[in-house]
Amino acid sequence: MSDFITLNHGSGGRASQDLIKSIFIKSFGDINSVLSDSAILNIQSEKIAFTTDSFVIDPVFFPGGDIGKLAVCGTVNDLAVSGAVPKYITASFILEEGLPINDLKKIVNSMAVQAKLANIKIVAGDTKVVQKGKCDKIFINTTGIGVFEEDYSYISTGEKVDINDKIIINGFLGDHSIAVLGARNELGFKVDIQSDCACLNELVQSVIKANIQIKFMRDVTRGGLATVLNELSEIINLGIELDEKEIPIQESVNGLCEILGFDPLYLANEGKVLIVVRSEDADNVIKILNKNPLGVESKVIGEIVSDHPKMLVGKTKVGGKRIINMLQGEQLPRIC
Amino acid sequence: MKFVDEYRDFEIVQNISKKLRNLNGHEISLMEVCGGHTMAIHRFGIPSLIPDNIKLVSGPGCPVCVSGIGFIDKAIECTKIKDVIITTYGDLIRVPGSKSSLEKEKSKGADIRIVYSTLEALEIAEHNKDKKVIFLGIGFETTAPGTAVAIRKAQSENISNFYLLSAHKIMPPVMEALLNDEVKIDGFICPGHVSTITGSTIYDFIPDKYKIGCVVTGFEPTDLMQAIYMLAKQINSKNQKVEIQYSRVVTPQGNTKAQAIMNEVFETQNDYWRGIGEIAESGLKLKEKYKGFDAEHVFDLRVEPVKENPNCICGDILRGLKNPNDCKLFMKVCSPENPIGACMVSTEGTCHAYYKYNSYE
Repeated sequence: MSDFITLNHGSGGRASQDLIKSIFIKSFGDINSVLSDSAILNIQSEKIAFTTDSFVIDPVFFPGGDIGKLAVCGTVNDLAVSGAVPKYITASFILEEGLPINDLKKIVNSMAVQAKLANIKIVAGDTKVVQKGKCDKIFINTTGIGVFEEDYSYISTGEKVDINDKIIINGFLGDHSIAVLGARNELGFKVDIQSDCACLNELVQSVIKANIQIKFMRDVTRGGLATVLNELSEIINLGIELDEKEIPIQESVNGLCEILGFDPLYLANEGKVLIVVRSEDADNVIKILNKNPLGVESKVIGEIVSDHPKMLVGKTKVGGKRIINMLQGEQLPRIC
Repeated sequence: MKFVDEYRDFEIVQNISKKLRNLNGHEISLMEVCGGHTMAIHRFGIPSLIPDNIKLVSGPGCPVCVSGIGFIDKAIECTKIKDVIITTYGDLIRVPGSKSSLEKEKSKGADIRIVYSTLEALEIAEHNKDKKVIFLGIGFETTAPGTAVAIRKAQSENISNFYLLSAHKIMPPVMEALLNDEVKIDGFICPGHVSTITGSTIYDFIPDKYKIGCVVTGFEPTDLMQAIYMLAKQINSKNQKVEIQYSRVVTPQGNTKAQAIMNEVFETQNDYWRGIGEIAESGLKLKEKYKGFDAEHVFDLRVEPVKENPNCICGDILRGLKNPNDCKLFMKVCSPENPIGACMVSTEGTCHAYYKYNSYE
């Protein structure tokens, strides 16, 4: 086999078959299984959660992960925060001619590792190859199915959220954004931040299994915490007050934000979940989250209030109040 | 975080807040003339920490806001030059010109790159000898020395494909222009970074001639709170003068090296301020001997003069005379997605801030 992806790998002929068998099936499935047109799944659940996401990132390898890990965790997390138990995902690849086969192997391998950790199966997939310059190295689409052990559809709609409910986050914000910016070499200096990219299903299930009612849950990805909370305040027609001194942010991320004029509340994450629970459940949830390595830095960071409906207000570290809006466009470094 | 948390101390801020509330309660308006201050004031919620009788007014301190539509149009004209790379600070990318923005041109295929420093732009020129690299120089005395350094370096290293389109401006003329107008300002929160370069003596004429107090201020909440307190005390005791609150960085003389290189490369010219109009000797252009680096001199960048919307009252808002609710366009035609005037352009502009707040009231 050649060292690089060629258009031939997408032709549907022998080279395609070799690629599928030697890389995808080897990592994801059973090498002796028959390659059919559909995966047949066994699902015992009245309702299922179903989601899809496409992944494009530059660079494809970054501290703490790569596009493959991202593609599995992203879809697993979308299912998990709906209250579902993720079961199956599909993986479709668009590969750029010239992509080193070794890079593809690494990416596929990290998908397999994450799938195993998250206890899900990658059951179907597709590969296309496009001419050099028609895509950026590799694009991945994953689609996932999760099952419900109970009907948790209210978790996504926020319909049970009420005044005085507490808002919890499972750890440091902004690590993913800064790690990727650092890997792009756009910062002009080295950073030792790792992306927080991780599958959150086990963490989320640990709270659900403790019989705590999760009133609302979202993964905090692009747009950051500020965007998710603005969305929530819109949905529930109530106000949200954030206690900014409680928000976990690594000192180095904070420092870089100071220099670049970024607000960490808008930075992207890939392993963060926002959970809203009854006030009396909050301490217990923190204790449960703390037991998982992905929840050690969990904090209660705010609450739902009756004042200023549809508005997110931050109590600043110095005791002031500010309105925190939804992100408009991408954050850009400022002159002054 | 070292050197940051100390200046965000809850107790200190609350103490100053109490002291301010214990003052006599006269109505006073303080104007900040620095985008960085406007940003910090909103970020830390300073308005909620001071009594209602002290009003903070955002002046013409955001270089992006005050640059005329013409500058953006010229920058867009630059993208049409053959084999050109436009380098710019991120702030400019979304600012609307009369027909388009740099962001829109970028999506259409123009080679527009965001840089963090002038030297990065110069590096792009060095690595792309077959291209013309134009840097959009914007900002007050804070960023002008950096541009001057790049021009000097380009000259000494014979980098002949590097050009500057300058929207650099200086601070004192606009402050004087505001004071000569019927303004309702009782004190200036003077820019910290501009003053680091210029020194605080550039403001001496303000208390001398206009009896208006000036406090040069840093960007942390304790800085801003202390400066507001210092100004309130000056006004109460009728002892208006120039004081430096930001003494860990600013001196009366400023950074003389930076001043020297600025003066070596730039000279002043009459310049247009969006929302205010033309102000004599308020802009910076390259001196004759650096003309070869001046994009306006080298390329044909004539653009049609554009009139600002006559219903826009940004000029009055920047002067502290009116507030956005007095404007016919506000929230109807003019919004953050479709900004008509300067104060809506920047996220921290007065209209932008009002838009966010009032839309929920």
